[in-house]
Amino acid sequence: MEKISNFTGIAAPLKLSNVDTDQIIPAVFLKRITKTGFEDGLFANWRQKEDFVLNQEPYQNASVLITGSDFGTGSSREHAVWALKDYGFKAVFSSKFADIFLGNSGKQGLIAGVISEADTEKLWKLIDENPGVEVEVDLPSQEIRLGAEVVSFDIDEYTKWRLTEGLDDIGITLQNEAAIAAYEAKRESWKPKTLPAKGV
Amino acid sequence: MSNKPLTLAEKLWRDHLVVKGENGAPDLLYIDLHLIHEVTSPQAFDGLRLAGRGIRRKDLTIATEDHNTPTADIHLPIADATSRAQVQALRDNTAEYGVRIHSLGDKNQGIVHVVGPQLGLTMPGLTVVCGDSHTSTHGAFGALAMGIGTSEVEHVLATQTLPLQPFKTMAINVEGTLRPGVSAKDIILAVIAKISTGGGQGYVLEYRGSAIRALSMEGRMTICNMSIEAGARAGLIAPDQTTFDYLKGRPHAPEGADWDQALADWSDLVTDDGAVFDKEVFIDADTLDPFVTWGTNPGQGVSLMDSVPDPESFSDPSQRAAAQKALDYMDLKAGTKMKDIQVDTVFLGSCTNARIEDLRAAAEIIEGKTKAPNIRMMVVPGSARVRLQAEAEGLDKIFKDFGADWRFAGCSMCLGMNPDQLAPGERAASTSNRNFEGRQGKGARTHLVSPMVAAATAIRGTLSAPADLEQ
Repeated sequence: MEKISNFTGIAAPLKLSNVDTDQIIPAVFLKRITKTGFEDGLFANWRQKEDFVLNQEPYQNASVLITGSDFGTGSSREHAVWALKDYGFKAVFSSKFADIFLGNSGKQGLIAGVISEADTEKLWKLIDENPGVEVEVDLPSQEIRLGAEVVSFDIDEYTKWRLTEGLDDIGITLQNEAAIAAYEAKRESWKPKTLPAKGV
Repeated sequence: MSNKPLTLAEKLWRDHLVVKGENGAPDLLYIDLHLIHEVTSPQAFDGLRLAGRGIRRKDLTIATEDHNTPTADIHLPIADATSRAQVQALRDNTAEYGVRIHSLGDKNQGIVHVVGPQLGLTMPGLTVVCGDSHTSTHGAFGALAMGIGTSEVEHVLATQTLPLQPFKTMAINVEGTLRPGVSAKDIILAVIAKISTGGGQGYVLEYRGSAIRALSMEGRMTICNMSIEAGARAGLIAPDQTTFDYLKGRPHAPEGADWDQALADWSDLVTDDGAVFDKEVFIDADTLDPFVTWGTNPGQGVSLMDSVPDPESFSDPSQRAAAQKALDYMDLKAGTKMKDIQVDTVFLGSCTNARIEDLRAAAEIIEGKTKAPNIRMMVVPGSARVRLQAEAEGLDKIFKDFGADWRFAGCSMCLGMNPDQLAPGERAASTSNRNFEGRQGKGARTHLVSPMVAAATAIRGTLSAPADLEQ
């Protein structure tokens, strides 16, 4: 995975709460068997409406999304993260993320940073006053900078470390091979095995 | 080790700990059972291939086809090319890696969360994962069961473990006795309306109390299934005699000395007296009405006896805005009685409510009754075995005589990845789990209901309780 530190990009305001994963990418777009090519599915139903924020000129090339609370609720589909990334988003900020979405973001190198509701409102206002304004997202210092304004965001330390180092989760886990094997050696014999298949 | 009283969730965590995380690193937990389906696994298998990794424990892994599969003419090739390719990818991947699969047409095929319990693979004291958020269903057995993303599917395939940050615990206490016509679905819709779609975020919910104890395993699965709709990572119910009776004799249930040892181990799977939950919620089962949703998230629900709420009645500005947006999408006016809402389609199906008891409950209500004109009713059993069982009991005949469409098993109209979709503007009473915008079809409008409410609605044409049929 690519190492992430800081970047600058256009911030788009998505002024909605409870944006569920069916809105981020409707189920009909989940049929691809690759990890890329999901950009067309991003907010597919909303993008058919002219007044949707990503259809506004300054936001078509946005790479930072500032959105309302409870972003990414619902399904576990990692396609939601792939769609955001394929469209060009590198970071999403909300006052609250659904757990699975948050986890998926961390695996795929999409920054999902938690900011206060007051800061969400503040950023929306600043963006409205200056549509298409660029913000700087600084992962190591956990800050979003917009002109003179600085908003700090939360991200768990472990995810931040993995993102900044570009580390592969599976590789980290496999360093614990001995512990995993030791655990397996003492697993209870009543626990189920799918093979050989029974009940067929 | 200290003797601090523990919650059930904490015990399950403790029992699966492989490596304790230090300095903010997550704990590494062992995964006992990994369920796979066609939508969230192809990229995981690709990842394994790219990295040259194998599957650590194919004997703890099982696959089925459910999201894309058609529910009619299942002997024909899947018509939609992309759906067909996705199902084929699962067949190819499981063949290449030696993973057990139950494909369309096999009598063990069905919705992954119906298949696991049915085979007796889901049992107390396990960790269960699947690349599907409704994996929370399996928590009904006293297993720690979580939906995961595709990267995590790959991680579990490669390592049979998952790095996880510890959760908080919440007790959902449901005391009392449900009235006739009120079911597990109404309990969970009421819970979500109370704590909201984000209320469970970061928590494992444990459902407790006399009303939960009185539920069958299938009712308990309905409740745990929708834990994710409250944002929770998992939902749990402590195992008891009901659980053991359900499991005994199932194909993969332990036998002989293993059964005795399992029972002994499972007896510890309760929250200790004196254990402290981070949060507690109370629901009164005695006074609970059938619950239905009016909006576009599962937390936007009310008693069927109530009216569509006025957005102005919400004090929180974002909830107010969300309510207004939902009413616009649903084409509903504040103050309209829920029972006056006319629907076009009734969908009885999904991993929430398509088990045999759900079908029986609906069939009992419609038997000998006439379907409302213009109502389309679709019945999609949760698994091929549920369908066979229903046919053995003659339920299919009751549904067909009523004018309902009797289908083959799959996720179907719950999310419309296959051809089972609602048309734009079409309104459904659905026993599924999500009423999100466009979930059941672009522009489609969904009211989440119980199987009993679905059946009564199909007869009256408007959202109805079984009690309304007697008037």
